[in-house]
Amino acid sequence: MNYHYYPGCSLEGTAREYDLSTRAVMASVGAQLIEIENWSCCGAAAAESLSYLLALALPARNLAIAEKRPEVTDILVPCSACYLNLKKVAEKTRREPGLLDRLNRILMDDQLQINGQVHVRHLLDILANDLGVDTFRPLVKNGFQNFRIAPYYGCQCLRPFAVFDDPEKPHTMEPLIEAIGAQVHPWNLGGKCCGASHMNTDMDISLELVTAILRGAKGADAIVTVCPMCQMNLEAYQQKISRRCKEDLHITVLYLPQLIGLALGLSEQDLGLDLNLSITNRFRAMIHS
Amino acid sequence: MDPLAAKEANEAKLPPPDVLAPVQEMVRACIQCGTCTGSCPNEFAMDHTPRKLWRMVMMGLKDQIFQSKTFSLCSNCYYCTLRCPRGLPLTEAMDALKQIAARENLTKYRQSTLFYKNFLRSVRRHGRVNEMEFMALYFAALKSPFSPLRFAPLGVRLMLKKKVSLAVPLTARRPLEAIFHNVAAMEGSR
Repeated sequence: MNYHYYPGCSLEGTAREYDLSTRAVMASVGAQLIEIENWSCCGAAAAESLSYLLALALPARNLAIAEKRPEVTDILVPCSACYLNLKKVAEKTRREPGLLDRLNRILMDDQLQINGQVHVRHLLDILANDLGVDTFRPLVKNGFQNFRIAPYYGCQCLRPFAVFDDPEKPHTMEPLIEAIGAQVHPWNLGGKCCGASHMNTDMDISLELVTAILRGAKGADAIVTVCPMCQMNLEAYQQKISRRCKEDLHITVLYLPQLIGLALGLSEQDLGLDLNLSITNRFRAMIHS
Repeated sequence: MDPLAAKEANEAKLPPPDVLAPVQEMVRACIQCGTCTGSCPNEFAMDHTPRKLWRMVMMGLKDQIFQSKTFSLCSNCYYCTLRCPRGLPLTEAMDALKQIAARENLTKYRQSTLFYKNFLRSVRRHGRVNEMEFMALYFAALKSPFSPLRFAPLGVRLMLKKKVSLAVPLTARRPLEAIFHNVAAMEGSR
């Protein structure tokens, strides 16, 4: 099983553990990731707030590089914002006449061209549907019995394109959580917004959204995420929020491949567990017992 | 003069189209049902609800729209786009308003515009964003000595984890130069 791999900028910096754990889990099931050569930024939330065309041209460059190897048909993208930006190019060029030509004129000077041949796939889609519980269940070495896990999907892997999950009531993570022996924390906040990059420009509003999510996760042993922006917003401000609302809202927040990797017996180092910002002592004691 | 050239010459004499025209095109079929407002996670902080904003767009109330924080508070969760019974691209319409505010350098949206512009400055330099450089550029552009303090504790934690570094990559080549240049040329010629 081969995939083009588009890590995206966050996975080189603040989300390094998402990159490490994605690579480790995919390697452990024998999937090969071929990193897109000289990949570049997808534009994040910045390009679409400044220029319609730039927001499509930046991800298009990466699709064009991937298309140079047509024998690999799918691109694996772990970051939900990158996923949506890349996916938008694929969707829009199919619907908007003339757009493909315009993008190709923009890419021409770099000797690049897109035809819309490559499939953009989110990591969660690949874990749940290409690999699935039947792949993981027999590989579980350290079951997560007695753990309650809150699956947090965020927005952009679900909406606006309903590709692999119900965008209103997402559930793709649940069989995976159960396959490693854990219980799913029942809540309805899994697809709600964390405020995304507003944490930097309108912090108080985002803190309000994150507070509701952390409150909803009470009773769970950990939240799992599939997006660097969600992960950062949920893990980095717990102390501030707990102080603000005089309520202990500290909770472990892990990337989904970190949780699966732990269950498969991969080392904490290989999964970058020391890089997370909010692993509670209680959670550490639980996984070491 | 051939007919095409005559048409172009005629169009050139017309005043520039209203900046809101493309956004009006996106929301023209709005039936004011309010599903967008009911679905918006940030509505509690907005001065006008999304539903009202679309009506203001259709009425061409440019001054009021660009005194409102509503569109700049859209965090692109796509609930409204998903649920709109008319299938309107509402999140994109919010983006289109952000793009106008950035293009016209409106001071009310200075903070978010600077955030996005400096992000892309770092991307244009290196091909990828260097998170530390970007935040440094952003804080320098804000020219507000206290704003970095809110983020300092997180910055230190991230540095201790070696997730961000103060070292700015030394890159001679700017791999996205042609793309940025061609986009600007194409958008400028519209």
